[in-house]
Amino acid sequence: MAIDASEIQKVAHLARLSIDDSQVEATAGTISNILDLVGQMQSVNTDNVEPMAHPLDATQRLREDVVTEPNNREKLQSVAPAVEDGLFLVPKVIE
Amino acid sequence: MYEKTLSELSLSEQSQALESGELSSVELTQTYLERIKQLDSDYNSYITVTEELALTQAKEADERRAAGDATALTGIPVAHKDLFCTEGVKTTCGSNILDNFVAPYESTVTRKFKEASAVMLGKTNMDEFAMGSSNENSHYGAVKNPWDTKAIPGGSSGGSAAAVAARLAAGATGTDTGGSIRQPASHCGITGLKPTYGRVSRYGMIAYASSLDQAGPMAQTAEDCALMLNTMAGFDHRDSTCMDREVPDYTATLNDSLEGMTIGLPKEYFSTGLDAAVEQRIRDAVAEYEKLGARVKEVSLPNLELSIPSYYVIAPAEASTNLSRFDGARFGHRCDNPADLMDMYKRSRSEGFGEEVKRRILVGTYALSAGYYDAYYRKAQQIRRMIRDDFMNAFEQCDIIMGPNAPTPAFNIGEKSDDPVAMYLSDIYTLSVNLAGLPGMSVPAGIVEGRPVGLQMIGRHFDESRLLNAAHRFQQATDFHKASPFKA
Repeated sequence: MAIDASEIQKVAHLARLSIDDSQVEATAGTISNILDLVGQMQSVNTDNVEPMAHPLDATQRLREDVVTEPNNREKLQSVAPAVEDGLFLVPKVIE
Repeated sequence: MYEKTLSELSLSEQSQALESGELSSVELTQTYLERIKQLDSDYNSYITVTEELALTQAKEADERRAAGDATALTGIPVAHKDLFCTEGVKTTCGSNILDNFVAPYESTVTRKFKEASAVMLGKTNMDEFAMGSSNENSHYGAVKNPWDTKAIPGGSSGGSAAAVAARLAAGATGTDTGGSIRQPASHCGITGLKPTYGRVSRYGMIAYASSLDQAGPMAQTAEDCALMLNTMAGFDHRDSTCMDREVPDYTATLNDSLEGMTIGLPKEYFSTGLDAAVEQRIRDAVAEYEKLGARVKEVSLPNLELSIPSYYVIAPAEASTNLSRFDGARFGHRCDNPADLMDMYKRSRSEGFGEEVKRRILVGTYALSAGYYDAYYRKAQQIRRMIRDDFMNAFEQCDIIMGPNAPTPAFNIGEKSDDPVAMYLSDIYTLSVNLAGLPGMSVPAGIVEGRPVGLQMIGRHFDESRLLNAAHRFQQATDFHKASPFKA
């Protein structure tokens, strides 16, 4: 299945990636080839086949709703690009 | 005495020498650190070498052993794939986006090695975010195969495989999402085991595709892998997909007889595309098993070819969501002077991720986007069940499945790097095992034109003991695992 340049830019935006204008055509070509490969699935009849999310059909384990982990904020924020007063700093969101 | 032969000793032999007092961990660790300094510039198998930490741990291990409190791995120098978070040590996942990341916590797998007082020599090179079959997609450069530095080592645990093959570590951890332990083990002539999904905790492993990722041991022999798996396996409340099942002693059954065991050979594993010389090595290995008392039966995995499209939807889809956490806000690379939040996200990610990672994120985002979910992700998961059911049917007729790991021996560096689809097709024999969540293993089975070939063995869910038993008996009857790039 072919995907064109404008569609690639749309998907890239959804994925929060930027693709250089000079690379868009080539990227569209490569992604189209991969979609052709995975498109082989479409010819297979999967009526009445239950999708499989976990190979052992296990379900998510639940736990008591109690705090079990210590507060490691300082340690975890020590690797952040920018923090202030225990908060992550990012470019201004609200003018 | 050990100075000369040290690098040829297996992990279990080293363990015995440590236990008898013939060898100290400090001595052993120094020897490996020296070898890494001398040789690793040829292979690029390590991203980070933790020399000082290793020597401290070795000293502590010797003290622990002297106090009579040792485990089999106490004092053994190992290396960890650089996607296991190691507290206080750089953890890059082979990516520029994590080039500045010093993990603030410890993964369960590496914690278990620490608790056993194994020595960490360093962190091994890998395909970025474990995406690749050749180990050419690392921000830190391609890893080279110690058997032939023109060849790829296989990916994505190529650094771990090359380090063990070049005797730059006694054993190493790897992870396998679509064959990433078995393929590099096969191409580098070592033994590697991907356990059942859920057998080993994924806590602290940087996630690629969560329903497929599995950590496992890589070493010279099946016995070594059994010792390592004894340490790695087990329930972890921190990983909600980890299975709460008893862990057997994997060394206890290594010598069991193979009399009466039935080997299933899937006819689809021996069809077009398989290199004739590779096929011969596999058939010779199977014949060796018959001598050991096993019976051989042809079985069928009719949907094998569909594992490629199914995997290359599920893995990128899960990757696209897992990798959304790399946004430049909380850890990892952030671009300079972002204009606004969107600019920060897009530039940080685009500067940080390599080409193959971006490609898979795009495919995954597309497959999950509105209007395409049913056609791609749901369809892929339906096919996944069909593939799993094929295995279940095959295991009604046999105890263990055997075949190749890859269609050819290791190809040359650069040979397939411009053609992702050709690269993806080389995963045909390994992907289905991850989709079905089964344990799989690679054991050395000979050399083709100077490059190793491994036999793949696939077991029933949680039947790692049988794989290790079968591999061990094979290794007692053959010498393939003893070959090394230095005495080939």
